Amino acid sequence: MHITKDLVAASATPLVLGILAEGESYGYAILKQVNDLSGGQLEWTDGLLYPLLHRLERLGHVESDWQTPPGGRRRKYYRITEQGRAELAEQRRQWATVVDALRGVWSATPSITPIMAPAWEAGR
Amino acid sequence: MTVDSELEGQIAEWRAYMDRRRELHRTDADELEDHLRSRINELTDGGLRTDEAFLIAVKRMGSLDDLSREFAREHSERLWKQLVLPGEPDAPAARTRRELPVMILCAAIAALAIKVPGLFGLDMDHDGSFYARNISLFALPALAAYFAWQRRVGVRVIGVLAALFVLGAVAVNAYPLADDSQSIVLTAIHLPIALWLVVGVAYAGGDWRSDRRRMDFIRFTGEWLIYFALLALGGGVLTAFTMGTFQAIGLDAEVFVSQWLLPCGAMAAVVVAAWLVEAKQSVIENMAPVLTRVFTPLFAATLLAFLIALIWTSNGIDVERDVLILFDLLLVIVLGLLLYAISARDLTARPGLFDRLQLVLVVAALVIDVLVLVAITGRITEFGFSPNKTAALGENLILLTNLAWSAWLFLGFTRGRLPFARLERWQTRYLVVYAAWAWTVVLAFPLVFNFR
Repeated sequence: MHITKDLVAASATPLVLGILAEGESYGYAILKQVNDLSGGQLEWTDGLLYPLLHRLERLGHVESDWQTPPGGRRRKYYRITEQGRAELAEQRRQWATVVDALRGVWSATPSITPIMAPAWEAGR
Repeated sequence: MTVDSELEGQIAEWRAYMDRRRELHRTDADELEDHLRSRINELTDGGLRTDEAFLIAVKRMGSLDDLSREFAREHSERLWKQLVLPGEPDAPAARTRRELPVMILCAAIAALAIKVPGLFGLDMDHDGSFYARNISLFALPALAAYFAWQRRVGVRVIGVLAALFVLGAVAVNAYPLADDSQSIVLTAIHLPIALWLVVGVAYAGGDWRSDRRRMDFIRFTGEWLIYFALLALGGGVLTAFTMGTFQAIGLDAEVFVSQWLLPCGAMAAVVVAAWLVEAKQSVIENMAPVLTRVFTPLFAATLLAFLIALIWTSNGIDVERDVLILFDLLLVIVLGLLLYAISARDLTARPGLFDRLQLVLVVAALVIDVLVLVAITGRITEFGFSPNKTAALGENLILLTNLAWSAWLFLGFTRGRLPFARLERWQTRYLVVYAAWAWTVVLAFPLVFNFR
C-alpha cells in the first residue's frame, strides 16, 4: 500500500516526537522504529528525516548532542524537551479529533470499505 | 579486507559529494554518513554483498538534490555566506585570533593621529591647508603598519616604508607653499596617491615586484573603496543621529561631531575598511567586478552617444579651465572599469561579447581624449604652463598611453593572437608609472614651478 506524501509529512512530527518521548535516540534507530510500528507500510526517504529533526531542534521541541559509545562511531542523539512533550500532547489531541471524525464517517457510510487489491496486482 | 577498503572508497566518494553542497554542513554530513553506515551494516547482516548494500543504502537516502533542497529550506541562512569573526566557534584558529585586536589598535592610532597636531596648537577650522596636505599621513602609516604586522615583513622593508613616509611628510611640510598656491592643492591630491602605493608595498609583504601581488593590491583597492564608501554612509547616519538626539535635549553636539566624530571616524574607517576587505575576501564575492559588469555597457553607450553627437553637431569642445580635469577623470573611470574587469577575469577564458564591449569603451574614450587634447594644446601654448595645467596634461598623457597600449593588446586578444595575461601584466607593470608620477608632482613640481 502506498501512503500519500501529504499524509506521511503530516504524521512525521508526532511520530518522531512520540518515539523520542520514550527515550533519547538517533536518526537511524528512529527510522527503524517508524518502520516497525507501521509494519513496514510507512516508507520514508531516509535522508529527509534529518531536516525534520533539525527543524524540531530549532523550534525547541528536541535537543541533541554528539556521543561516542566506547568502541563505536560518533553519533548524534536527540532528546525530547518539555516543550516537545507539550507539542506532542497537542498533536495527539488534534489527531484524536481527526481519527474520531474519520471513524464516524466510515461507520456512517458502510459502502466505503477497503477495496481489495485486484487479483493481477496481488499476484505480483 | 579488500571488500572493506572498496566500501570505504565508495563511502568516501559519496561523502565528497555531500561536502560539496554548501547547504550541508560537515556535521550534517557526519550524521548522514553514520546513517548510511548503519543501513549498510543492517543490509550486509541480512546477507547482501557490500556493494549491493551500498547501492541500496544510497538509494534509500534519497537524491542529493532533494536532500539539499530540504536542508536549504530548514537552514536558509547557510545560503548567505557570513563573515566569521575571529573568536567565533568555527573561525580558523592561530594568528587570526590576534588579528582583531591589532586591527583595532591600528585604527585607534589612525584616529588619534589626526588629533595630535591639535596638541601643538593647530586647529582644524583655521589650519585647513595643513590638514589638507597631511591628511594621508594620519591613517596610511597605521594601515601600512597593520599590513607589515600581518604579512610579517622583514626589517629592510619596514625601513623602506618608514623612509618613504618620512620623505612624504618632510616634502609637504618643508616646502614653503602658500595656502592659496596651486602646488598645495596638487600636493594634497598626489601625496595620498603616492602613499597609497607605498601601502601597496606593505600589502604585498615587500614582494612588490610580483605581478600577482600587484594584481591583488589592485583588487584590494577597489574593494577598499567600496567598503570605505559603505562605512562612510553608516557614519553619516551615526552623525545625523548624534546631532539630532543631543539637540532634542538641548545640547549642541556640533563641536564634538566636527572635531572628533568625523575626523577620527574617517581615519579609523581607512583601517577598518582594509581589515574588512581582507577578512571577507574569500567569503563574499568581490563587488568591484560586479559594478564593472553593470557599468561597462552603460559607459560605453554614453561615450559612443557623446562621440556621435560631437560629430553630428560639429560643435567644438568648449575648452574651459576644468575641461582637462573632467576628461582626466573620465579616463580614470574607463581605466577603473578596465582594471576591475581584468582583475576578475579567468585568464584562460576565450574572448567574449563583454571583452568586445570593453574594447569599444576603451577606444571611444581614446578618441574623445585625443579630440580634447588637440583642442587644448593651443590653449596651453598660448598661456604657458602652470602647475595645474602641467599636472592635468601629464596625467592625461599617462592615462592615454596606458589605454592606447591596452586597446592594442585587447585587439590582439579578441582576435585570438595574444594571451589575456599580457594585458594583465601591462596593467600591473604600469603601477610603477603612477607611483613615479605622484612622487614627481609632490617632490619636484613645487621646485620646478617656484612654489607657485
